[in-house]
Amino acid sequence: MSDRHTISLNVNGADYSCEIDARMTLADCLREKLDLTGTHLGCEHGVCGACTVLADGDAVRSCLMFAVQAQGMEITTVEGLANNGDLSPLQEAFRDNHALQCGFCTPGMLTTAEAFLTENPSPTRAETESAISGNLCRCTGYISIVDAILDAADQRRDAGSK
Amino acid sequence: MKPSKFNYYAADSIDAAISLIAQQGEDARFLAGGQSLVPMMNFRVAAPAALIDLNGVPELSDVRIDDDGALHIGAMTRTRRLETDSEIANANPLIAVAAAYVAHTQIRNRGTIGGSLAHADPAAELPGIALVCDAEIHLRGPSGARVIKAAKFFDGVFTTTLADGELIEKLYFPPWPEQRRWAFQEISRREGDFALVGIAAWFDMDASGAISDCRLAAIGAGDTPLLLDSAARTLTGSAPSEALFEKAAETVAGDIAPFDDIHASADYRREVAAVLVARTLKTAWERRR
Amino acid sequence: MTRTYIGKPVTRLEDRRLLTGAGSYIDDVKLPGMSTMAILRSPYAHARIRSIDLEAARAMEGVIDAFCAADLDAQLPVIPLRLAPFDGFERFLQRPIAVDKVRYVGEPVAVVIAEDRYVAEDALELIDVEFDPLTAITTVEQAAGGATLIHEAAGENMGTRYTVARGNADAAFDDAAYTRRERFVTNRHGAVPMETRGLIAEFDPEAPLLRLHGATKVNFFNRRHLAAAFDLPETSVELIETDVGGGFGARGELYPEDYLVPIASRRTGGPVKWIEDRRENLTATNHSRDIVCELEIAATAEGEILGMRATVQGDMGAYVRTNGGVVPSKAAQFLPGPYRVPSFSCDVQFLVTNKTPVGTFRGPGRFEANFCRERMLDMMADDLGIDPAELRRRNLMTPEDLPYRIGELVPGDPDATLDRGNYPAALERLLNECAYADWNPGAETDDGRVRGMGIACFIESSAAGPPESARITVFSNGGVEIRTGASSVGQGTETGLAQICAEFLDIDMNRIDVLHGSTTLVETGGGTFHSRNTVMAGNATRIAAESLKDRATELAALRWNCDANDLSYDDGAVHRDSDRLTLQELAAFAETRGETLSADALFDNEKQISYSYGAHAAAVALDIATGVVKVERYWLTEEIGRALNPAMVQGQAVGGVIQGLGGTFLDHFVYDNDGQLLTGSFADYLLPTTSELPEITAIALEDSPSEFNPMGFKGAGEGGIVAVAAAVGNAVARTLKPYGISINELPITPDRLRKALRDAGN
Repeated sequence: MSDRHTISLNVNGADYSCEIDARMTLADCLREKLDLTGTHLGCEHGVCGACTVLADGDAVRSCLMFAVQAQGMEITTVEGLANNGDLSPLQEAFRDNHALQCGFCTPGMLTTAEAFLTENPSPTRAETESAISGNLCRCTGYISIVDAILDAADQRRDAGSK
Repeated sequence: MKPSKFNYYAADSIDAAISLIAQQGEDARFLAGGQSLVPMMNFRVAAPAALIDLNGVPELSDVRIDDDGALHIGAMTRTRRLETDSEIANANPLIAVAAAYVAHTQIRNRGTIGGSLAHADPAAELPGIALVCDAEIHLRGPSGARVIKAAKFFDGVFTTTLADGELIEKLYFPPWPEQRRWAFQEISRREGDFALVGIAAWFDMDASGAISDCRLAAIGAGDTPLLLDSAARTLTGSAPSEALFEKAAETVAGDIAPFDDIHASADYRREVAAVLVARTLKTAWERRR
Repeated sequence: MTRTYIGKPVTRLEDRRLLTGAGSYIDDVKLPGMSTMAILRSPYAHARIRSIDLEAARAMEGVIDAFCAADLDAQLPVIPLRLAPFDGFERFLQRPIAVDKVRYVGEPVAVVIAEDRYVAEDALELIDVEFDPLTAITTVEQAAGGATLIHEAAGENMGTRYTVARGNADAAFDDAAYTRRERFVTNRHGAVPMETRGLIAEFDPEAPLLRLHGATKVNFFNRRHLAAAFDLPETSVELIETDVGGGFGARGELYPEDYLVPIASRRTGGPVKWIEDRRENLTATNHSRDIVCELEIAATAEGEILGMRATVQGDMGAYVRTNGGVVPSKAAQFLPGPYRVPSFSCDVQFLVTNKTPVGTFRGPGRFEANFCRERMLDMMADDLGIDPAELRRRNLMTPEDLPYRIGELVPGDPDATLDRGNYPAALERLLNECAYADWNPGAETDDGRVRGMGIACFIESSAAGPPESARITVFSNGGVEIRTGASSVGQGTETGLAQICAEFLDIDMNRIDVLHGSTTLVETGGGTFHSRNTVMAGNATRIAAESLKDRATELAALRWNCDANDLSYDDGAVHRDSDRLTLQELAAFAETRGETLSADALFDNEKQISYSYGAHAAAVALDIATGVVKVERYWLTEEIGRALNPAMVQGQAVGGVIQGLGGTFLDHFVYDNDGQLLTGSFADYLLPTTSELPEITAIALEDSPSEFNPMGFKGAGEGGIVAVAAAVGNAVARTLKPYGISINELPITPDRLRKALRDAGN
């Protein structure tokens, strides 16, 4: 074992194999090697949340994981949230509630919200605010994002799924 | 902000981890949750030549509760588990509550209790909890296993008494009496930020209603988490009351050594530590389990 | 016409791609043969460069090239002034890379180009620079003192200095029954968008062609200057706009990297990408708001303002960049705000220090001016025993006072005029919304906290600058495309323009594609700043749509061989009796004639600017023992002329308030005495999160449409932020009044409040 590794990754249900430096972060591997550029880099020190992906269903900072650590995990990025090109109820709720402007924080908001709603399908407003307190947004002022997540929770419950 | 090159090794057992780090030499680091180490590496203020990944060592995530209620928590137990596991909360509610203050969900999903203790940020919650619960830290290294009390583990800012090549295997938390009163409060600039100052406190009462045992710790009030012994002495033997709590709060300044940073001055921390002691004790007293 | 889109909160066209991770931001763009650049930045605030050794860096495997100033033959260009180019600034302009001296932490010193960013950063560590550190100037007082010169040839650290005045301020003060003088300090902070800056340059000197991706905001201006800098005809320079992760005034100006990345591409012969990381961003992208203001007010015993005198000192940082003197000059200009201030005099000073250069950030100068003036008004209200709202009523300009010339306060724009409006009505509406008259500080649950409410009034200008372009084309496949020289930084430009086009062409909005910003799209463009898109590009789109309808009607007349006057237009088609030809059919017809169905338009508001206006109120709760303030409730009214998309307007207002709360409590670029930036990461430079979100009521008023554009729009991007520190400052001061403590400095932090309380004996 050394500084270069050949790894297999499972991302959005598909298997990939790539050869990378040990030091390549999961975020960079997704963006550069797998061409999944929906996951964004906003700080590279674990504060802004723009790089959030799901690892075995848990929201994690992909800038703080090395790609080599993600082997054997099921990774979900923003590209994996839509259903065959149809926006998910969460994505629709973001659109309907104007929960994005520049869109740069949005992938991280969506993955974080996805994990949150899966664990807490009927959240309060305060719980929702807390759930995304680790995701920075400079454009919206957050209120429409919280509205969107609560709206999506309603939609998901009505649809009786997830 | 990309890290420097390093060699990566994934350990599959504690022995393998210890042997790998010994082989790799003094520029090797253990990789636990990575939530403190990797940012430092991305800034290149840390540049280990080798990382020994502990995430694949299953024994390090064991959690066990003894019949007497004592808690054994593996070093790689995620902070998120500490926050959400009802068995842990039943065994020791203070851990669960304090864990919720650690950063944000995404960090807690990866960050570990062992990593937090080894990193030893003076404002971190889990080291404060370990101290106030009089936890024992079980270490393993090239010279074998040893146990050290939390009070002896923290040595300075980002400094512990971990020897070269040693790792934290688990933490032992003594049994937590059913009737214990406890609370944790911190002041931070925003939810999830490191505490400007925080207080963890518990007390037990005897049949006469006097405080028979208590322990208070402060975070963000010195180079390490600190026990507030004077406050504890003030409380012991007396019946709880707001006046007693205020008396205890007055002793706090003497037991802490806060420093200035850009977020708060030492004066602020000193003042607010006392305020939080009074408030925490009041909350503890009003809490019914 | 049956379809209406204007004034509707329609969902955005941009959203689908952004929600599915299909946006294309600059770091998402990958070109064949592209290499990556990293910049070695000065670790010193002020130092001479003795030597730079690039040998080891160049020799590293994976490194393609490395250079510093000494490796560049031509004289390096200076970064030009675009706005507020006051005399004297020409002595303080920045060259893209340090030559013999560094003047701020973060200044570019050397460049490495490598196969990827990881390798490039490895190579940076091998560059050996010998510096001779010099004394760092870190305050405006030190800078004014001049003991150490940052730009020796200038002979001073004063970029420039001027006075603006109207009436007779000295006489007003001499005669006044009441005067008061205060010093206010606002915190250096800035735009800090979620996406850092980035560029890809493709420079082929033979072609010649310089294509720069990642441009935004003022692409046509930048193209002109980059072309001159690289000795190319403008037609050989293309600035390409991608999706952009927020601008807020800082992104898109010319920076050193806009020159360095093309130079790197020219040297290596291939495309070069540079993406700013966050650590760089906090020292390399414009800071803002760093103002010290001595303010005096003179009034009658009834609180009627007779005059104001002020000194505004702006800390410009180490160089004056493209935004020139905008921040301090606007701070001075907006000090009187919406109030009747017959006499006014302000000494405006622009000091150079060893810090990151300063530029515009949302509501530049206004955020600061409103804080200073509104705090002063509350102090005056308390001194005179007048209710703060009543004091404002007595002094707000009424509709009868407007239009009102303010040209004396605006260098270079002698005809600057506040246009018609009803400032008191906007205040009244706010006071009703927040139930000001009934608001009771003790009414909330008794949790030991002290409550206070503060209000502030503001005016805000928008849509300055050159004309804006739009071209609408209908394709034979039915698609409709708008091209505009305006940029999008995430505010919904595509949707806004599509709404206008769809309404005037009476077609489904979803047929429309909007392309923006890139210089390859249209002949010329004005760009995006000062909240001008809706006004400028919006009106250009409308003109183009009307032209397109005319063109369509002409084509139909040809097709039907009749008189165009006998035809009508409706539902996306030209009609003659029961016959119709849709736009798509007409486009196909045009193609058969070798033409396209399209129309170009330019909208020029001839520098006539409208002012939005309104008021803010904040209700806060202060924990005296810990100094922690919670903003529980926030209200604002903002007269914006006409709302194009009310949901987007609401988003701007709420987003502005939250950014404003950041600027009031959290955001702060803190330097030590050596000019080191102590807040160099997001662990220390704090941005607002969902922690402690207030409930916000933001009301857009449409009572006073702009007379200066046919659609009546005013910009709506900045009214939400400009009065936040003012309203919150007043609210917090209200809670501290019993302790004799004032709020004169930003940010408001628990540490500062506790210190003030301790010093006051609490």
